[in-house]
Amino acid sequence: MKEFLLLFRGGETEMADQSPEQSQAHMQRWMHWMTELGKQGKFVGAQPLAKTGKTITGDKKVVSDGPFMEGKEIVGGYLICKANTYDEAIEIANGCPLLEYNDGIVEVREVHELKM
Amino acid sequence: MSSLNEPVQQLADHLFRNESKKMVSVLTKIFGIENLEAAEDVVQDTLLQAMNVWKLKGIPNNPSGWLFRVAKNKAIDVIRRNKYSVQFDFSDNEKILLTSEYTLAATMENFWKEEFIKDDLLRMMFACCHPEISKENQITLMLKTLCGFSTAEIAKAFLTNEGTVSKRLYRTKEFFRQHKIKLVIPSIDEIKNRTDSVLNAIYLLFNEGYNSTNSEELIRKNVIAEAMMLCKLLTENDHTQQPEVFALMALMCFHSARSDSRLTAEGEIILLPMQDRKKWNSRLIDQGNEYMNKAAFGNIVSAYHIEAAIAYEHCSAKFFKDTNWKRILEYYEWLCSISPSPINELNKNVAFMELYGAEKALKELQLINNKKKLETYYLYHSLLGEIYSRIHNLSAAKEHFETAMRLTHSETERNLLKNKILVLLN
Repeated sequence: MKEFLLLFRGGETEMADQSPEQSQAHMQRWMHWMTELGKQGKFVGAQPLAKTGKTITGDKKVVSDGPFMEGKEIVGGYLICKANTYDEAIEIANGCPLLEYNDGIVEVREVHELKM
Repeated sequence: MSSLNEPVQQLADHLFRNESKKMVSVLTKIFGIENLEAAEDVVQDTLLQAMNVWKLKGIPNNPSGWLFRVAKNKAIDVIRRNKYSVQFDFSDNEKILLTSEYTLAATMENFWKEEFIKDDLLRMMFACCHPEISKENQITLMLKTLCGFSTAEIAKAFLTNEGTVSKRLYRTKEFFRQHKIKLVIPSIDEIKNRTDSVLNAIYLLFNEGYNSTNSEELIRKNVIAEAMMLCKLLTENDHTQQPEVFALMALMCFHSARSDSRLTAEGEIILLPMQDRKKWNSRLIDQGNEYMNKAAFGNIVSAYHIEAAIAYEHCSAKFFKDTNWKRILEYYEWLCSISPSPINELNKNVAFMELYGAEKALKELQLINNKKKLETYYLYHSLLGEIYSRIHNLSAAKEHFETAMRLTHSETERNLLKNKILVLLN
């Protein structure tokens, strides 16, 4: 089994437009998606990320506020799952409720085993 | 809590005892039994918060809902603090969801569902009565975790000091920490034996409350109530509905039905012949009967069945003189054959004495094997005292009553024996 990182981007505007009931139902679908992964033993971890952050750049280690990107580019959270292939990982990602939104993006990245 | 008024205080005490056993069981399931301490801390903090808030605002409409909600939030804090701690094991497919902020609250909520709590209580009982824990430690742990007793209350019940109780609890918790015992309902092969251990512990607990040989009050009603409540849980759970469970429940109903007639207002013992049978709780006797009926299945008659049948003979006799001693003696003979013990032999002898008189009873008593063990037992001397007083050997009677007084730990028993000596001398 390999590990895959899923990065969540976008969906901000549509989420903001939802009614409280819709939001509630939407959150439950996230919960259900992750619980299913848990039951299958494929869930490693996941966390939502705060919208603000800091960026440190270069050998001068310059700290600035940010990243300030457009809503659809900022990473809103991540999930790490276990899968054997990209296809499997994509199938998992397909279940992500973020993709109910037109501008929801799930980036799927395989964790790379380093050969030392 | 002293500033709440009296009826509110009682409701809160009862509620706290009841709900804390549920909360501890669920929390221990979530944190793992190696973190029992953390579970107890959450419960303690929750009850403390309840006391402080309810003092000002009164008891809420749904008090247990309130307690659970507060406990859940505190549990979430504990999880957040211990997400990466080696002490906490999140490797379970459901528990791993506790480590993600996405799923922490909802997963926590799920663990606390009503439908899961009864099984959690059962798992907790089995854990407390783990075969590698000594009998004393089993009861101590059950009283602490499942019955909501403080170390001070436990010390009082066993006439020991808080330090000893704390040490027992510490050692038991160390055992859980080292062996990472899983909280499970035992498998089909094991469940009969494990349930027997639990019944044994419950019966020991009940006897502590009923006879209180080790404390100043003869009847510790709270201990009795807790023992019966724990057994009732077993009667209600599919996994543990064995005949012995119902038989023990019946036995405890019959015994506790007589509670109110066993002591005077001043706390002195009233013996069976003198008890006011109008004070016997007929509702409990009826309940005992129902449980006896439910116990009548399977092909094994346990000691609990027979003891319950004997207790029933007493409960159903309208007056002491109506007691069916012949049948009781037959039951004791049966009991002694399946469960030989000094106490059973002594009780059989009492029945024998009632039926055939003191002289014959004395002869019977002298036939018992293993008298060395009996001689350290206060009831043996108390019985001999009674026998000798009935055959008018006053000096032997006095001697045995005095020996009994030296051997008993109970102040109330000592007073009873003192009075018997006084009666002799008159």
